[in-house]
Parts: sequence; structure tokens; C-alpha cells
Amino acid sequence: MASTVAEQVTPAGDNVVRGKVIGVFGNLVTAETSGRVVQNSVGYCVRSDGVRMMSEVIRVRGNEVDLQVFEETGGLRVGDEVEFRPEMLSAVLAPGLLGRIYDGLQNPLPELADLVGYFLRPGVYLHAVSLTQPWAFTPRVKAGDVVEAGETLGTVPEGIFSHHIMVPFAWEGPFTVKKIAPAGEYTVNQEIAVLVGADGVERSVTMQQRWPVKRPLNVSRRRLLPSEPLVTRVRIIDTLFPILRGGTYCIPGPFGAGKTVLQQITSRYAEIDIVIIAACGERAGEVVETLREFPELIDPRTGRSLMERTIIICNTSAMPVAAREASVYTAATLGEYYRQMGLDVLLLVDSTSRWAQAMREISGRLEEIPGEEAFPAYLESRIAAFYERAGVIELKDGRKGSLTIGGTVSPAGGNFEEPVTQATLKVVGAFHGLSRARAEARRFPSIDPLDSWSQYHGIIDPKVIARIRRLLVQGHEVRQMMTVVGEEGISVQDFTVMLKADFVDNCYLQQNAFDPVDAATPAERQKFVFAKVVEVVDTDFNFADKSEARRKMVEITDLFRNWNYAPWDSQEFQDYLKQIDHFIATKGRG
Amino acid sequence: MRKYFDEIERIVGNVVTVRATGVGYGELALIHTAQGTSYAQVIRLDGPRVSLQIFAGSQGVSNRDRIEFLHRPMQIPFSDALLGRVLDGSGRPRDGRVDLSGKPIAIGTPPVNPVRRRLPDKMIHTGIPMIDVFNSLVESQKLPIFSVPGEPYNELLARIGLQADADIIILGGMGLRHDDYLKFRRTFEEGGVLGRTIMFIHTAADPVVECLMVPDLCLAVGEQFALQGKRVLVLLTDMTAFSDALKEISIIMEQIPSNRGYPGDLYTQLARRYEKAVDLEGAGSLTVLAVVTMPGDDVTHPVPDNTGYITEGQFYLRNGRIEPFGSLSRLKQRVNGKTRDDHRAIMDGCIQLYALCRESREKRDMGFEMSEWDRKLLKYGELFEQRIMDLAVNIPLFEALDRCWKILAECFEPAETGIRRSLIDKYWPKPRLTTEVREPALAAGS
Repeated sequence: MASTVAEQVTPAGDNVVRGKVIGVFGNLVTAETSGRVVQNSVGYCVRSDGVRMMSEVIRVRGNEVDLQVFEETGGLRVGDEVEFRPEMLSAVLAPGLLGRIYDGLQNPLPELADLVGYFLRPGVYLHAVSLTQPWAFTPRVKAGDVVEAGETLGTVPEGIFSHHIMVPFAWEGPFTVKKIAPAGEYTVNQEIAVLVGADGVERSVTMQQRWPVKRPLNVSRRRLLPSEPLVTRVRIIDTLFPILRGGTYCIPGPFGAGKTVLQQITSRYAEIDIVIIAACGERAGEVVETLREFPELIDPRTGRSLMERTIIICNTSAMPVAAREASVYTAATLGEYYRQMGLDVLLLVDSTSRWAQAMREISGRLEEIPGEEAFPAYLESRIAAFYERAGVIELKDGRKGSLTIGGTVSPAGGNFEEPVTQATLKVVGAFHGLSRARAEARRFPSIDPLDSWSQYHGIIDPKVIARIRRLLVQGHEVRQMMTVVGEEGISVQDFTVMLKADFVDNCYLQQNAFDPVDAATPAERQKFVFAKVVEVVDTDFNFADKSEARRKMVEITDLFRNWNYAPWDSQEFQDYLKQIDHFIATKGRG
Repeated sequence: MRKYFDEIERIVGNVVTVRATGVGYGELALIHTAQGTSYAQVIRLDGPRVSLQIFAGSQGVSNRDRIEFLHRPMQIPFSDALLGRVLDGSGRPRDGRVDLSGKPIAIGTPPVNPVRRRLPDKMIHTGIPMIDVFNSLVESQKLPIFSVPGEPYNELLARIGLQADADIIILGGMGLRHDDYLKFRRTFEEGGVLGRTIMFIHTAADPVVECLMVPDLCLAVGEQFALQGKRVLVLLTDMTAFSDALKEISIIMEQIPSNRGYPGDLYTQLARRYEKAVDLEGAGSLTVLAVVTMPGDDVTHPVPDNTGYITEGQFYLRNGRIEPFGSLSRLKQRVNGKTRDDHRAIMDGCIQLYALCRESREKRDMGFEMSEWDRKLLKYGELFEQRIMDLAVNIPLFEALDRCWKILAECFEPAETGIRRSLIDKYWPKPRLTTEVREPALAAGS
């Protein structure tokens, strides 16, 4: 294992076992071999015209090996050759990952387009990072130092970050540094250090290493409990249903409820070092939006293009389904890699249901006994294991890094009782359930304030949150009651409760993603505005009748809405604030 | 030298299993039977056994019939001569005219590299306010029309096809009634677009496997024209028939069904087709509008449900109108910010009010007293339905926006609309401004 870590992809050599295709069904190929085959290792199916299609071993029965092929299998014949390689499906970890757009197997898509044009072509695989680009390396250790796996040997600047070049994670140490390259420019393939282990064997280190994507990467002193809020600048999330750095959350919702828009907003505004977007089995158009717009958008915190902190793993719905299954693991591995450098990483997966469906497709072809809705029996454990890759870790030198995972779920029929949603809810720390009814009424983000929950503490005092949530529930109950007894059957007090709940919803929970100011509310502004919202809620207006109540609440709602559109600390902002304070002070009768 | 295989082991449904060697997965074959010759496609290789789906169906196939493998995937000859033609699900002429000629192109090509897609930004004007104002259609969009049987979905499809001003219109009919095919033909003829239309028609009476080929044929041909820089509009009706054909084949192949008998890869199968919609960098575009009939008006049925997750929105056709609730164009934000500055505000405001109107109607229907606010909403709902929602309304976008403002002004005070002040000042129809001044508490510094 250890010896292969720093290797390049090489053409078939001696360590390759050969076999023959004996069956093809969709993307499942069955091969026959008498050699040694490793479960989950990489294989290549070689079409008679020479095209080598990457595959993964997913079942071994006697001499029969089943592979899921990461390409369309058209043209493959019985008798075609299969090469089995010893290594697992791995990601390349090296400087130069940021800002890139990959498919699920870490093929750089722009470079692929330059090579083969408009359409993807089976069997064309490119190296994940440039092999010729020089990086300015600064050593952090000297000859004679003792190091272990994951420890920093030196750094190179990558955009705004200091990219740590680490001792390959899979190496079992300790090692003595025999040689370390002086400061200077190196490509990822050049040797930057030579390490000697207890066995006396010299090992060469370059700036790139590989890691099997399906194995969690965590080389740390210990795991810590997540505690710092991850500010997304979406009010309903940060205030009511917060997420933490290193935590997990999910966004289930029927189609059209705005899952993807919510993910896009989060990827744009979240206060985090690095964002990895895994577009898994979703529309290509949405990825295009991100990859065209991000280079133009400036991250206000760094003054640099958003793309410099982003990696896109893009295996859209029309791309081969097995690569879709791999794509979320590739994304998680890249996230864990940057976490090892002490950075805070946010991984957004859209959508985990497509990943689950990819598992279902392959499981069906393997004729495994199906679980609920034909999903495989191991669905739950796979989902749980995936979210477990999130977390805060304390590195060996005491720095901290985190990986937060947020996944959307696309439940069939919008019904949250289905297996993927239920398996996910068991393992995440926050649940942002999107509601079709809210989306249809154009209440965005359509996170349902009554159903959603978070186990995390965010930026607002939980006691206040509890009070506001109670108000929302009461408002809902009054509305329900009103559908039975009518408006005339409700007291003015109850009616006011309902209006106040609406007010909180309209002025605070809803946010206009397409307004330059309202789209993102920083924590400071959230705290300020939310305090004002609570003030309105706590004011006893003592309305004379329902029509006065409605009129006044419309008025204050209108003020707050316009306030939301005013830039923070603008004169306009102050003017609306003055009007709002006046309204509260005079109980709306000023 | 031709090589034939005749050791047919199984004939089940439309799938035939034969012992053969040297056969590629997915390749095309010919089966010669007493009834004639039909195309067939390889759908499984299992050792010496090859399973094929027979395009013309397996009726009349004997276990001694001969199969000839063509060692190529399904293709169609491509040239401008396709324009004006009517073909069937095997790509053969249906219009009694000469056979096709041209460069053969493969169908079911690999997907476009996402980085070579352009961001869609061209609005398609349809003259239907429920589309133009509320859910603008955008070039390269993929959008289904969800409908219960009996709604005028084919008429709507044809009308959008006519008014959308595309370079080339490709109609794919799946399980189409022959009458509907004739209606499409007549509409396109009368609209004078037949010369730039290609039709691939599978009628309900044709073999089910041919139904499966229709979208691929339409999209392969459309894609070629798009590569030549043309703006192509593909109309597909009805994708539920296509999905049912998939279901039929997968059950014959003894696949474990996932949901109501549909195969587990329904999502992938549909996505592979819909994702062909594209605006190509440096070339043309392909827009896909598809009819999806919803059995029992149930949007959670697997076909509309999976479709909704794939497509960029959907139009609900109900009671002869495009429903504002549930209908959605995901790409509208890409174009409606550049039309007129009130477009988005009108779009959101009118729908929010219409949603409130619906609540008031429910209250009214249950016999509750109507407040002054309820009465305003009811009036608004009536006007909105008559002047905007009715499918007969055929007006350009700006006129539709003005009409919306007029309706709002007839029913509400400005602050009640929830539309931001700056737009109210600019667009609120003038005569009402005098009452606006008296709005309490909104005057600054009071």
C-alpha cells in the first residue's frame, strides 16, 4: 500500500492482472480472471478499438469479477481484455486543486474540453493538476528532523492560502529527514525531500500524493466537538437553525423548492476558507452558472475571486452513473486534504439522493436483495459513514481544521418518509426541510420554520430563539383554527399573534436572493435586525380591532422589508431604523 | 461476407436472446423474419448469449429466424434534406417520400462537457403572459408541461412551437394518437413552419421499442443542427409514454423495479435525454419542451417526479390554464432582470397576492364573513384570471406588465402590494397617486 502512494499513473506494468469480459449489462461488466484481484481496486476494460475504460471492482465471486464501469459501455464485447490494477480509486492531492473543475474521477474538465472538444469522450483521463507549473516551495524542516505522516515539510503559496506539503498520509513513521529541498520553484513531480524510516529505506517525497477516496483521511491528534458557528448569511439558517464548522446538515426538499439556489447562495456567502461543490447527478446548467460566475465574483473577506477558494466536482445527471457514485467521495477527500492544513472547509453535495440512486442502479444490476424502494440494504451505513467524514480535528501541531458537510436530498414525491431522507436525518446535526407550500407562495428560502431543527448553538441566544419559534407555532395554530371558525371566531389577541408570526416570517425569515443587499446578511446585521424584530414581537400594541391590527402590521412589515434592502450603515438604513423605532415607541399610532 | 446467427434461445416480450459471438454492447442488428426485416439493439451480453430488443416487436419472430449484427450503434443519415420530413421511431420515412441520405450520425452521443456550455441568457417570447411574465422561457432550457390527460397540452406545445421563433423545430411524438399527429401537422402547415420542421412520430399503434428511440433521434438530429449554429426547439410528447416503454423493457429483462414498476435508473434515463438541452459556446442551442401527462393528476408519480428534478422548472396545465402555483422556470432569473426593472417585482407580487386570494376564496367557500381585505383579494383574483391567466391572452411582455399594474391599482393601495417603494413611484398608474399621499405613517419623519 505505502509504496504506491506517491506513484504516478503508469501504463500497464508487471503488477497488472489480466482478465476477459464475459458479460455486459449497462455499466456493469463481468470479467473472468485467474489472478489476484482486490475489492474496490481500479480496473480498465479495453474496447477492441483500444479505448481503456476505467472501472472499479465491486464484487468478486470465484474467478468472476464484477466491475462498475465509469463510462458508457457501448461497443464492449465478450472476450475484450480487462486489466486489474492493485491500487484503489484514488484522488491526487497536490497544490493546484483550488479553482479547478473536475468530473467525479478528478478529470479536469476545461483541459478535457481543450483536448476533445464539446463532448466528453470515454477513456480520456488527464492528470488532476498541472505537472509543469512551478510552485514556490519554502521548507519548514531541516535535515535530521523527525517527522510523521501528515506533518508539514514545507509550504507553497496557493492563492491566498499557504498550502502545506505534508508527509504522505499513508506512510507509517516516524521518519528522519535525510534531505530537504532548499527554497525555490518545483513542479509537483519533483523530489522535495528524502525521508528515512526505521527500516533504513529511503523514500522520496514529491509535492503530490494519492489517497483512496473511499477511505476517510484524518491524520490528527484527536477529534474535537464542533463549536464555532458557520455563518452562511442566510438569516433563517444562522438565526433559527444554525450550523457549525465541522458539523453536518441536510436540505431535503421536493423539486422546485429552491435546494440548489440555497446551496449556491451558501457556496457564495458562507464565511469559510474553502468551499467544495459536489454537483452530483444534478443539472449541468447549474454548475455552469457557478463556474461562469464565481471567477467574476469577489469574496469580500479576501478581495480575491471566489473561484480561488472553490473546487467544483461536477458529475451531472447525464454523465456516467458510476462516476457519480465516486464523485462525492472524491469531493470529501479533497475537503479532508485541505482540513489537514488547518483550514475550514465546507463541502456541499447536491444531491445525495442521486448518489444513493447510483448505488441503487448498480445494486439492481448485481441482483442484490433490495431494501426499501429497491435501495440496497447498506444504504444507511453508507450515508452515515459519509457524513462521519465531517468534523473538527486538532492537528499534531495543535492547529485546528474542520470539514462541514451539507447535503441536499431530493426525496421522491417530496415525501420525507423515504429511505434516503430518513437515513440522513439520523446522522446530521441540522435539518433544513424545504416546503413546497412555502415555495409556491414565493416565500424564500423555503426552509420550513416549523419542521426544521438544529442541534447546534448559533449566534443568537437559544432562549430567544425558543420564544420566537413558539410564536411561529402559535401563529400557525391560530391560522389553522381560523380555517375552521373563521376570522370572526378569533380574538383580537390571537389574531395579533398570527400577524406577528407572519411579520417574523415576512421580514426576517424570508430573504430575497436576487437583491444585492438582502441576499446576504452578515452576523452583525442579523443580531441587530433580529433584536428589532423581537422588540416588535414583544410590544403590546393593544389593537382596537382586527382591521387596525392588519393595517398596522402591514405598515411595519413594509418598513422592515425596505430596511432589509438598505445597505448596512447607509443613511437609508438609519432613516428606516428611525421610522421603525418611532413606530414601536408610539405603538404604531405616531 | 455476412454472418448470421440463428440459435435463438428465448423470445420474451420484445426481447430476443440468441447465441452469438463478437457482438458489441449496444450495437444494432437486423432480424430477418417471415414478416420482414426489423432493427434490433443489443441490451445485454451474458457469455455466449446476446439479448436484443426488437424494434418491430417480437410478434411473428421464430426461434429459427436469422440475426445479422451490424457492428455499429444506431445511426441516422443527417443532412438539410431532413427538413420537412416525417419519420418513424426507426428513422424510416413515414411520409411516403424517398429514403434519407446524408452522413450517418450516431444517436445517444456522449454528454456535452459542462465547461463548454454557455450560460443561457436569451429569453424566448411566447406571447403567453403566464410564461413571459411569470415563468419566462429561456433558450436552451428543458421544460416539461405537466398535465392531466384531456388538457390541451398538444395545442399549447404547438402554439409555443409556432410563436417561439426557432430556426428548426423537431417534434417527437411518442404513443401519439394519429389524430394528434395530423393536428400537429396541420398547425405547422398553417403556421408556415413545415419547411423547417422535422417530425419523428411513434403512434400508439406502433411497436413499443420504436417509442424508446424517438427522443434519441430527435435530440441527435437537433444536436447536429445546434453544432451548425442553429437555434433548435425540440418538442416531445408524451414522455410518460416513453417512460412506460422503459418500464416494459426493464420488467421483461427481470430488473428489480424501484417505484411503481419503473426501473431504478429512470432518473438517469430521463436525464440523459433532457440534458441534451444546451447553449453551446460558439455554436447554436437546443431547447427542449416536453409533455408529461400525470396519471391521476399526481405530481408525485415517478415520471413527473423524476422529471421535475431533472428539468429546469415545469408548467402545470390545469383547467386549460397554466397554473401559477407549481409552475416554475428556473432560468427566468437569468433573463427577467434585463427586460424591465419592474418585471421581477410584478412577478413575485402578483403571485403572492393571488396566493392570498386563494386563501380568501377558501374562507368564502366555507361560509365565513369576508373582511374588506378579503374582498379586495377576491376582486383581484377575478381580474387576474380574466386578463392575465387565460390562455387566450396573447400579448407582448411589456403590455402584460402594464396590465398587471393596472389590475393592482384597481384593487389595492400601493403598500398592500408588498412591492418596493421605488417601483411603485415609477409604475403605479397615475390617477391613484392622490390617494397615495394620504397613506398614514409612511411619510418620512412623521
